[in-house]
Amino acid sequence: MKQPKENKSVKKIFTLPKSASGIKGLDEITFGGLPLNRSTLLVGNSGCGKTILAMEFLINGIDFYNEPAVFMTFEENKDELIQNVKSLGYNLDKHIENNNLYIDQVRINPDELVKAGMYDLEGIFVRLERAINKVKAKRVALDSLDKLFYGLDEKILRSEFLRLIIWLKEKEVTAVITSEIGEPFHSRSAIIEYVSDCVIVLDNRVTNQIANRRLRIVKYRGSMHGNNEYPFNIDENGISVYPIVSEAFQQKTSSIRITSGIKDLDEMLGKKGFYMGSSILISGTAGTGKTSVAASFAYSVCKAGKRCLYCAFEEAPNQIIRNMDSIGVPLNPLNRSGKLTFYYARPTLQNLELHFLAIRKIIEDLKPAVVVLDPITNLMTEGPNSDIRSMLTRFVDYLKTQHITVMFTAAITVGSIERNPSDEGISSMVDTWMMVQDIEVNAMRTRSLCVMKSRGMEHATDVRRFIISENGITLSTIQSDVDGPEAVAMQKAREHENLSNSKASIVETETFRSKK
Amino acid sequence: MKKKNADTIVNNEVAAGPGQKAYVLRLFVTGILPNSARAIANIKAICNQYLKNSYELDIIDIYQLPDLAVSEDIVAVPVLIKKYPLPEKRLIGDLSDTDKVLKALDLV
Repeated sequence: MKQPKENKSVKKIFTLPKSASGIKGLDEITFGGLPLNRSTLLVGNSGCGKTILAMEFLINGIDFYNEPAVFMTFEENKDELIQNVKSLGYNLDKHIENNNLYIDQVRINPDELVKAGMYDLEGIFVRLERAINKVKAKRVALDSLDKLFYGLDEKILRSEFLRLIIWLKEKEVTAVITSEIGEPFHSRSAIIEYVSDCVIVLDNRVTNQIANRRLRIVKYRGSMHGNNEYPFNIDENGISVYPIVSEAFQQKTSSIRITSGIKDLDEMLGKKGFYMGSSILISGTAGTGKTSVAASFAYSVCKAGKRCLYCAFEEAPNQIIRNMDSIGVPLNPLNRSGKLTFYYARPTLQNLELHFLAIRKIIEDLKPAVVVLDPITNLMTEGPNSDIRSMLTRFVDYLKTQHITVMFTAAITVGSIERNPSDEGISSMVDTWMMVQDIEVNAMRTRSLCVMKSRGMEHATDVRRFIISENGITLSTIQSDVDGPEAVAMQKAREHENLSNSKASIVETETFRSKK
Repeated sequence: MKKKNADTIVNNEVAAGPGQKAYVLRLFVTGILPNSARAIANIKAICNQYLKNSYELDIIDIYQLPDLAVSEDIVAVPVLIKKYPLPEKRLIGDLSDTDKVLKALDLV
């Protein structure tokens, strides 16, 4: 009997059926959404976003999947709730009118409550049944357990909670239940976590005085799930979760080349320029002309009819335009025509994450071919280094999936022999890396540019003189005089190398000196 | 007078004497399940003994009248709600703890 060959390599993995949340990023890390017809527990401190996540799950169910919902709240006033979520773009009134959403506010006043004997929580079941039947709900949110269970006997609420979970399953609704983490309730949350099929913990912590939101899937019965903490954001479009996973897989590489806008630079880059969709870094000490290179690139991109987003984190756009005017690169008309868009923000205003999110949103609306970040190092001081690294990786991955060419400029501190940690991080990540430096040739100060690396192409390895004049940017090979300037230039070339390989350069310098 | 069909367990008893401040009590139950049955028995006993002729007691089955259960935000059952005299108070449980009940109703 012949067995079909493909079965041997494909292993079917059973997972519980899922209910898609429609929340950006969340369906990726849960591999499909929340468990269908089961209960998911959302745990987190006050203000972490659990109510919003629950609400968004319900609203998306109505909007995208035709599943009516019940939002039962023990916390907020119904009208206040509707008002509060308006700022996130949810129009609950419309859904309520169409009988797709039923918000049931249960008023619980723990002060007037006295316990006098045995009881159970049948009232909630009756109430829920009525609410679910009203709109034929398929999704239910209960917000929050703490208010519901406040002051009740632990034994009773333990068995009632279990009964509730089973009851919801039998009703065939997908439920999200919110609960707080905290000492007094810890034992309660233990049983609650144990009984729920899926537990997601949300966190809103403050690091370096900047607020960061994170979520983590602690448990998901019967399914694979991302294990890490993922940052997420809440803005006027609701919640967006940012997993590293998804985007990296969708990258495609292109072999189309794009000019750098500087003819002599294209010459150094395999005679053709950058690869489209690649990432480029220009690093250099202050005032060496990085912005000029970046802006020239932006100029040529826009002149070719494509859109460019220029993110300026140091110089104001007007200043950049003025400076580029003086070297014969008129950016103003392109800015006015909309081909060139500036994003100008002070790095300290918000955390790195929010910058990237804001930029990402502009990118989604604008769909530029090229994005410039000038300089990236300004953003690096905000937040711990590992955070920065992962954020940058995610951002670059995202740009790659959109086939957007990205150029970063990075300022290196004086004393460039030592490695600059934040630069070190990006230079290994990018496809093309160029360095500009001040050098002395013939007793005159001038600048040099060297292509440190450029993946996938043959590139010039020599250091060239980098001149900015009113005619733009030109590069020329450094005159090979017998002594002096050549030595200086070669010394500078070695300094360039030092940044990536300090040991080898020491050996070479010694060799050179002995040759002379 | 909230009298529904004869076979539903909703009954009220009013015993009002002249000039005395009447207690208005509402007991929400779940049919004739044990806790509820006990609660009914217990409250009737307390009313007879301590409130004699000055009370109004409604016994409401939340299965029969779910809308009323909603308007009173019933969560735990059985629950006795003292409507009058103010302040409104809620006692949850089968009311087997007589001392507690009396204390909560200001009858001691």
